[in-house]
Amino acid sequence: MTLVGVVGAGVMGVGVAQNLAQTGHDVILVDKDEQTLSEARALIERNCRMSRLMGGPELDAAEVLSRITTAVGAKQVAGAEIVIENVTENWDVKRAVHEEMDAACGPETVFVVNTSAIPITKMAAVTGRPDRVVGVHFMNPVPAKPAVELIPGFHTSGETVRRTRDLLTAMGKKAVQVKDSCGFVSNRVLMLTVNEAAYLVHEGVASAADVDEVFRSCFGHPMGPLETADLIGVDTILYSVEVLYEHYADSKYRPCPLLKQMTDAGLHGRKTGRGFHDYDPSGRLVAAGSAH
Amino acid sequence: MSESIETKKQIFEFIHGRFPQAEIGDSDDIFALGFVNSLFAMELVMFIEKTFGITVPNDELKIDNFRTVELMADLVGRQQVLA
Repeated sequence: MTLVGVVGAGVMGVGVAQNLAQTGHDVILVDKDEQTLSEARALIERNCRMSRLMGGPELDAAEVLSRITTAVGAKQVAGAEIVIENVTENWDVKRAVHEEMDAACGPETVFVVNTSAIPITKMAAVTGRPDRVVGVHFMNPVPAKPAVELIPGFHTSGETVRRTRDLLTAMGKKAVQVKDSCGFVSNRVLMLTVNEAAYLVHEGVASAADVDEVFRSCFGHPMGPLETADLIGVDTILYSVEVLYEHYADSKYRPCPLLKQMTDAGLHGRKTGRGFHDYDPSGRLVAAGSAH
Repeated sequence: MSESIETKKQIFEFIHGRFPQAEIGDSDDIFALGFVNSLFAMELVMFIEKTFGITVPNDELKIDNFRTVELMADLVGRQQVLA
């Protein structure tokens, strides 16, 4: 049985750890303090209980948790064959964690960078094993989403890609392989779509409610681009668009001024109760598009 | 019987608090009304467990037990009898 290290017990790390454990893998889940790990275990237990209710498989929470060991500090993953890193999307934080993992793990260990934005080649360069570093963009909630983007860096070996693909298949994931390019496929398209949707509201072409209605009713999308922006966080959207703009130096990624103003005004979406739409304290949409 | 009425009232008020515009009868399928999704089902489980001091067993954690106010009140009643 493969022992998989999971670094970072936030939303993504918890989802990855649960997905691994429920598909029969032994997991060592690490974070920087006991409190976060204890919350992670409680969250995994709750998510397992609710799995069938949410349309997923029936899961025995005790059995899933029995496959997950928790420990404080990134170097505790030293014994893992593959390590999936899920810390926050901040270059300095990710770099420090990868340096620590690189010092602790054996030379054969593969590092998977779970990211929607960080270039894999750049991340691999801070380790002494650039051929054994690969990117995987997991979607949230991880156990419920059937596919991921798989991103080899410039130096990633075929063997590393094969081992990662095998693990993803065992986790029940379809891997769509794309090249290492800032934003990969998902965010390059999604962020431009959201940015353009924001321009439509900014220019008064349509209300936020009507923009989303077109996507839901005409295209059958479960959620419009501006509801998606509110879910992800308007500030996060702005940050992602700015990263694309800076990386490609291409004016097609110029951020909509409305995104900047909303970010400055604290209209960050569901998490602040107001974004393109209004939300109640539980995060439920209560008034569509009233902000504009 | 009065316990059941009180249970229904509390469950109704929780749903109504979230969706003030929705008109919901005790036997209406809230999932069929279109504005409730499975995430809300999870909130309902947590609300019911906390409010009525029960733990819904795994084999009862299915969407069919949470479709209507009546079904949820029945579920609470079953667990309170067992407790």
